[in-house]
Amino acid sequence: MATTAPPESIPAHSDDHAHDDHDHKPAFFARWFMSTNHKDIGTLYLIFAIFAGLIGGAFSGMMRVELAEPGIQYLDTFARWFGAVDPDFNATLHTWNVLITAHGLIMVFFMVMPAIIGGFGNWFVPLMIGAPDMAFPRMNNISFWMTVAGFCSLLISAFVPGGLGIGSGVGWTVYAPLSTYGSQGPSTDFAIFALHLAGAASIMGAINFITTILNMRAPGMTIHKMPLFVWSVLVTAFLLLLALPVLAAAITMLITDRNFGTTFFDPAGGGDPVLYQHLFWFFGHPEVYIMILPGFGIISHIVATFSKKPVFGYLGMAYAMVAIGVVGFIVWAHHMYTTGMSVNTKMYFTAATMVIAVPTGIKIFSWVATMWGGSLEFKSPMVWAMGFIFLFTVGGVTGVVLANGGVDDVLHDTYYVVAHFHYVLSLGAVTALFAGFYYWFPKMSGRMHSEFLSHLHFWVFFVGVNTIFFPQHFLGLQGMPRRYPDYAEAYAYWNEISTIGYMIMAASLVIWFANIIYAFTAGKKAEDNYWGEGATTLEWTLSSPPPFHQFETLPVIDEKAVH
Amino acid sequence: MAGTKNHDYHILPPSIWPLFGSIAALVMTSGGALAMHDYAAGKYMFFIGLSGVLLTMFQWWVNVVNEAHAGDHTPVVQLHLRYGMILFIASEVMFFVGWFWAFFDFSLFPSTLTEVVGGQWPPKAVEEVLDPFDLPLLNTLILLCSGTTVTWAHHSLIHGDREGLKKGLWLTILLGLLFSAIQAYEYAAAPFPFGENTYGSAFYMATGFHGFHVIIGTIFLIVCLVRANKGHFTPRQHFGFEAAAWYWHFVDVVWLFLFVAIYVWGGWGYPTH
Repeated sequence: MATTAPPESIPAHSDDHAHDDHDHKPAFFARWFMSTNHKDIGTLYLIFAIFAGLIGGAFSGMMRVELAEPGIQYLDTFARWFGAVDPDFNATLHTWNVLITAHGLIMVFFMVMPAIIGGFGNWFVPLMIGAPDMAFPRMNNISFWMTVAGFCSLLISAFVPGGLGIGSGVGWTVYAPLSTYGSQGPSTDFAIFALHLAGAASIMGAINFITTILNMRAPGMTIHKMPLFVWSVLVTAFLLLLALPVLAAAITMLITDRNFGTTFFDPAGGGDPVLYQHLFWFFGHPEVYIMILPGFGIISHIVATFSKKPVFGYLGMAYAMVAIGVVGFIVWAHHMYTTGMSVNTKMYFTAATMVIAVPTGIKIFSWVATMWGGSLEFKSPMVWAMGFIFLFTVGGVTGVVLANGGVDDVLHDTYYVVAHFHYVLSLGAVTALFAGFYYWFPKMSGRMHSEFLSHLHFWVFFVGVNTIFFPQHFLGLQGMPRRYPDYAEAYAYWNEISTIGYMIMAASLVIWFANIIYAFTAGKKAEDNYWGEGATTLEWTLSSPPPFHQFETLPVIDEKAVH
Repeated sequence: MAGTKNHDYHILPPSIWPLFGSIAALVMTSGGALAMHDYAAGKYMFFIGLSGVLLTMFQWWVNVVNEAHAGDHTPVVQLHLRYGMILFIASEVMFFVGWFWAFFDFSLFPSTLTEVVGGQWPPKAVEEVLDPFDLPLLNTLILLCSGTTVTWAHHSLIHGDREGLKKGLWLTILLGLLFSAIQAYEYAAAPFPFGENTYGSAFYMATGFHGFHVIIGTIFLIVCLVRANKGHFTPRQHFGFEAAAWYWHFVDVVWLFLFVAIYVWGGWGYPTH
């Protein structure tokens, strides 16, 4: 990553400067509800993502307690929580579909994406490229508030009638015909409009990031000197820009099929439910890279920082992400192997999907090579980053297994798939989020967290999530289907273990919150560069927290700087 | 803040419109969801929300225009606006890809599962389609012509000829309105219904979204005409006009694809109305 110019070109940031006129902050309401400041908006995104993540996590907790043993135990109670009066058996089971839908949509659109792109992207892309703010600071804020509006629409959907009971039970994929004539009532319309709102927010965010990254890099920061996190957000933003509008078209077809008599997905009028799956996954596959690519960027910085070495193969790392982004657009039908597609089509999508293992392998091996021979320091972000590399690799190799059309015929819609995508997302993307959190939290807050609690959080979380999800590989291979609230006795053992894992994971979150409280009450004040010589990107030249408007004189990047 | 900055980027004061607009959007979509299920309050909510969204858009762009006059749009900020508009149009292109995908899925692989389609395109249930070389061809010529008039306006602007700018804009707007009027007439007279089968679904939604974009583009051009009359735009700085022109060309190109694919190829050899 680029090193910086002489320090005199960067605004001073000692304590006596912190209250200068140029650091004047707006009053409370204007600052937090009318913000045009990338760091404040980033903070809002992070707080929102934590809040949404707790709700999404609570939904998964409700699912895990129900699945702890065979039979239906708690669903009737849950149905009443959503406002069902004396739910019949169908309405009770419908609640299960509401839980999986809400969990999936919240975690994807209202936790991971707002945290990793809205939160860390907003905070650190301008800092890392030496820019004073984003290109469109006001549009930045409507991206945030539209995301909140989408979240509200999704929450409303859980409490209004939708099909057999209360709430929208269509899965995060919103497949037709379950989402069309299979779900009467306004609930599914609220859920679909939640995606419209969040999608519009993300498209505006993508436009903002691309414009910022391409035009606001500090003098001397050529595109090949750009920090890898910025590269990752740039690729992610292009994926968002090109994939989300296709989802918007698909879910608009759902709306008109549901309410205005079109037959896009209704075979009675010549329509095709599989068309919905094509449109959805043309968006949905890039979407999974949208969630993981910024994590790749964060991990690269952390591994380099705590190995006290530049990242191994900088250009390879950057273009591996570009390759993942490009190939991500031509593999979508591997989500649809069991829809009856021809063998030739399956062969193409199998081969294309396996190709993705190549650039992903470049990333994994380059992280390992960065650590190789480095002066390793196992600070909190580094243990999370190494946890990420391990967990993401596990999810990656089961991905190669599932890439095979023939194998997927057996494993499709089993818990093996659930285990796979949770290893790359809730263990991969979320671990990257925590790694980034511990890497940058003192920079954002000005207070150091406790290294002890951070390590404890890591190990409890690591044990917890592996206990939840590793057994699900076994369940899947034994044939347990996903999306059911009940199961045969034979699956009881590993399901109970999995639920115990959830409790361990939930306990780790208590440690996390304790750590945040510790930092704000007793944490040491953070220095400018609290990680030392290994941390070389521009955010470390600023105070912790940075001034309200940083880089009022742009930093100049040394021409001879190495990555 | 602004007093000490030594760069040309645009640092903005706080604004209420992002929050206001998002709340309005939520009211609008919630109202829509309720109205579609015949809840009485739904349509009021929808229109209140829509008014809020429109107010937000109006106030927002008033702010942008005022900032331009205040000199906030330095060359690099203008460059940002260009990138923003081009990326927005790129996302719009992908939106139409979704509708074309549905159209080509239905037309290349017509369903054999139902007699409504009967394995042919246009489907059996559609007895006649619109003659592409009647009003649709006229509409194609109107849009192509409007592409030249907007370029006329642009060149007049660059050469400091304000009267030429206004004339070019007037003509473009009139051609846009004419296009919309002819589309409305065609919809009213079309021999196939909106829903019921894949033909009506794909045809009306694809051309309908295009028509919606034509209306947006026309409003954008009307705003430019109002601004031209107020003396806005200089030969060197007139991004608002350029964005409207780009958008108009985008709408034009989408129509060419719709015309060739849906009207000409999609109805080739079929009885016409």
